Amino acid sequence: MSKDYKLAKRRYVIAGFICVIVAIYIFRLFSLQVGDTKYKENAESNAFLRRVIYPARGLVFDREGRLVVFNQPAYDVMLIPKDVGNFDTLALCKVLSITKEQLLEKWAEMKNPRKNPGYSAYTPQKLISHLSAEDYGRLQEKLYLFPGFFIQTRTVRQYNYVAGANILGNIREVSATDVERDRYYRSGDYTGDLGVEKSYETHLRGVKGVEILMKDAYGRIKGKYENGVHDVAPISGRNLTLSIDMELQEYGERLMANKIGAIVAIEPATGEILALVTAPNYDPALLVGKERGKNYAALVNDPQKPLYDRALQGAYPPGSTFKPTQGLIFLQQGVITTSTQYPCYHGYINKIRVGCHGHGSPIALKPALATSCNAYFCWGFKNMIDKRGTKAFDQFEIWKNYLVQMGYGYKLGVDLPFESRGFIPNSEFYSKSFRGANWSANSIISVAIGQGEVLATPLQIANLCATIANRGHYFTPHVVKSIADTVIDAKYKEKHTPDIKREYYENIAEGMRMAVLGGTCRTAALPGIEVCGKTGTAQNPHGKDHSAFMGFAPYHDPKIAIAVYVENAGFGATFGVPIGSLMMEKYLTGDISPARKGIEERMLNSNTIIYSGVKKH
Amino acid sequence: MESRSTDANVSVFRSLDWVTIFLYLLLVSAGAVSIYAASYDFDNASMFDFSEFSGKQFLWIGLSLIIGCIILLLDYRIYEAYAYPIYAIVILILIATIFLAPDIKGSRSWLVFGPVSLQPAEFGKFATALALAKLFDSYNFSLNAKISNYFRALIIIFLPICLILLQRETGSALVYISLIFVLYREGMSGLVLFSVLCAIVYFVVAVKFVEPLILGVPAGEFSVFIIIMFIYSAMLVFYCRDFIISRNVIIGFVGSGVIVTVLHFCGVDVNGTVYFLSILGLAIAYTLLAMFHHKIQKFLITVSFALISVSFLFSVNYVFGNVLEPHQQLRIKVALGIEEDLRGAGYNVNQSKIAIGSGGVAGKGFLNGTQTKLKYVPEQHTDFIFCTIGEEEGFIGSTAVLVLFLALILRLIHLAERQRTPFGRVYGYCVVACLIFHLCINVGMVIGLCPVIGIPLPFFSYGGSALWGFTIFLFILLRIDASRKERRD
Repeated sequence: MSKDYKLAKRRYVIAGFICVIVAIYIFRLFSLQVGDTKYKENAESNAFLRRVIYPARGLVFDREGRLVVFNQPAYDVMLIPKDVGNFDTLALCKVLSITKEQLLEKWAEMKNPRKNPGYSAYTPQKLISHLSAEDYGRLQEKLYLFPGFFIQTRTVRQYNYVAGANILGNIREVSATDVERDRYYRSGDYTGDLGVEKSYETHLRGVKGVEILMKDAYGRIKGKYENGVHDVAPISGRNLTLSIDMELQEYGERLMANKIGAIVAIEPATGEILALVTAPNYDPALLVGKERGKNYAALVNDPQKPLYDRALQGAYPPGSTFKPTQGLIFLQQGVITTSTQYPCYHGYINKIRVGCHGHGSPIALKPALATSCNAYFCWGFKNMIDKRGTKAFDQFEIWKNYLVQMGYGYKLGVDLPFESRGFIPNSEFYSKSFRGANWSANSIISVAIGQGEVLATPLQIANLCATIANRGHYFTPHVVKSIADTVIDAKYKEKHTPDIKREYYENIAEGMRMAVLGGTCRTAALPGIEVCGKTGTAQNPHGKDHSAFMGFAPYHDPKIAIAVYVENAGFGATFGVPIGSLMMEKYLTGDISPARKGIEERMLNSNTIIYSGVKKH
Repeated sequence: MESRSTDANVSVFRSLDWVTIFLYLLLVSAGAVSIYAASYDFDNASMFDFSEFSGKQFLWIGLSLIIGCIILLLDYRIYEAYAYPIYAIVILILIATIFLAPDIKGSRSWLVFGPVSLQPAEFGKFATALALAKLFDSYNFSLNAKISNYFRALIIIFLPICLILLQRETGSALVYISLIFVLYREGMSGLVLFSVLCAIVYFVVAVKFVEPLILGVPAGEFSVFIIIMFIYSAMLVFYCRDFIISRNVIIGFVGSGVIVTVLHFCGVDVNGTVYFLSILGLAIAYTLLAMFHHKIQKFLITVSFALISVSFLFSVNYVFGNVLEPHQQLRIKVALGIEEDLRGAGYNVNQSKIAIGSGGVAGKGFLNGTQTKLKYVPEQHTDFIFCTIGEEEGFIGSTAVLVLFLALILRLIHLAERQRTPFGRVYGYCVVACLIFHLCINVGMVIGLCPVIGIPLPFFSYGGSALWGFTIFLFILLRIDASRKERRD
């Protein structure tokens, strides 16, 4: 009995236990409901609807102040399903000028949880997007007939030029990852995709505003809270001024029609990119509006890859456009002087043979540049790498470091997304690829003439040309000249100077001048303008040689430095030189002289895609 | 014969515990109103439309009242006499359910009869309680007399658990574990419950407070060591009642603690783990040496408590990090507030906290809740029904509901204790234990204190099975209680 009595006391333990738990829960409820302001704010946010006001996206101008990208209103038909009463379906169809079937299809699409995961009968849903201005006007007039419907105004991008899609980019709806990455975005917002729309997104998008509306328990809007004194006005996006000359850009794209390749033109004094052409290109307006998804898919699937910006992303063998870098390195290293001569009997013949074409022998640096002699640079390279008393490994590292200083092998840092870094091998790379066996200049001789392992983007080639034009320094190339109300990134104002004397650059420039006067670039000669240039003919495993050209003008006060790269178009002189010279002439004089109209005609009408092996469906 | 039974029935209604019935009716009607509020659609204003949740719930309530009356009219001896057969039938139904039930969201626990679906697990509770009560009622049964008695009790409890787990209805299966409370009342050592409590405290503290490091030990582990030292001293004082040993141990703990603190502030690097292990080791060694002349058993229990505590502490981190699956870790972390996973496991809990928190002191008023109305809270008319109360009736309303439940549970403890037979008492405590478990886990998960385990809030959550299950459970107790005066034979 005493044991039973003792056990009976355990009722107090059990009762005590539940009392303590309930006390803890009441305490928790107190802290949730009375103590914590976080949930009070949520309580307020239930009574108040914070509606986002979207700022106008920044406009884009070119370097001459011409408007390139602007906004245009677009209208979406929205509705709150719960508020939609019985309405005259046929009347709505008539107003929107669609058939009843189309309307029912849109309706089903809106309610389909797979296509519209955010569907709720209580929140605004999009029924039809991108209404035309006339339909908008008609619907606005008759809107009172359709309870629960309203029109949401949004802006879409509009383009004044059918050019520069690779530079301008476009806008798209944010993805789930964007929302996760940046707290600014909410599902349904727009963000920049490709081009400056992407890289200058934070400037262009502005700051969203908010208006505070009151809503009742039914979620229906009851008007502005305290007449809008708590509203926050949106801040418009900043306008961009591009360094691009849209007329030059357009002209470049016309010249590159039916070709695959790129043109990069830079103003040497500032590093501002004047034109950045990639071919094939596309109309930027394709990626606006209703058809964006379809068009985007078509561009992605196009075998010629128009979305691939060859000017920045294409890593090509630089070919003979690489020779000036070699001359500079040899001069700086003391391997050669301007009077050093090397023999060329139709090539570099020293155990191995690198072919060359007919010209006098022996030959010095400047004529070697003018005639694009392979042997000269092979000999220079051999004398540098195999220098007595040094190791090839160390000498090649020195060689590589100069190229890195000149902007090769790494991203230059242009203000556009997806730049490629090209490729400059280091000694480690060769030690690995020769499996530890000794290697010497002869093993890797082709890099001296821009073939073999080295790869460069047209942008890097143009940057080299700008450096030579400046006689020894460059500014990181960029496409945005200025941003309204703020300054561009300081790195675009920073001067980069490779460790090579100015006089050596002067020597190279002279060689490039000679190439135009009497060498490989004679087609580049312009009336009244001293042009300098260097051709390039790059062998490649994809078929016919790539045609390349780099040049600048005028000789003494360069205003434009240019690189042209045309895939599978043959000799540098056949496509690279004419296109490059036409671009320079167009930029410097504003027109093409009558004597050169024939060249222009030929370039505009020729087709090299046929040699590329890429078929268009 | 006729008149006798009428007399008996009259006496049943006279000796019924009307307090419980009153509380029951209060809870059930509050539940119906909440379901109406939770499933209230702006278009639909009828409370009694049978196509809506609230309308159906009124139907279930009406039927459960009828079931309640039938139970009260039956002879109380039936429950005692048929306890085992009822248990056996329910077990058979549970087995059948595994094979017959269609797959609904991964669980096979619903039997479908045309338009009606029933969840047999809800009816297993009263059957298990009856069987357990019958076992304890057998002649001269005492839980502590033989170890096999524990086995018999545990088999009765764990058989339905296993079957319900096979139906993949983990929440409902866990409810039966609460019947351990009943064993405690019937003589199981309190140390078992105490150990379980300690284990939960250690686990929560050690897992939740990983930072900052104190003396090179995570703050949580550090606190657990302090708790172990505290409990060890307390057990020496209050359980072993040896004041000399306990005095020396406490002096040792406090003294060494002061020394370590001073050393730490003088810049000496003290390794916390080494310190705690050595001071506890010393205390245990001292206790073992000093205890040999008296009350050995209690000292041994105290010492092994300390040893088990320390090894438990070390295994917690290992088990948590290496044995538990990532999604299990996540659920626990969300419940402990270490992580906020607002898209996955934490979504329901976060939304329900917002809904409850936005209620404020007095709530937004009946049918004015927006969080619940705008369908932010999932399962709001079933497992998360407490949200609606929290949002619309505020702190006052939700506290009132909790107090109502507390009153019912305390009243049922009172009823259980006043039974003259172990049968009635054990059965009563089974009801108490199940109610406590449902209340703690359901409300705990809604306010973000327990992991999300899908079990309903009794009398509130939508669903006929749960309501009928609890009604039968409760009314059998009322019937047994009403007969306590008849039982004179």
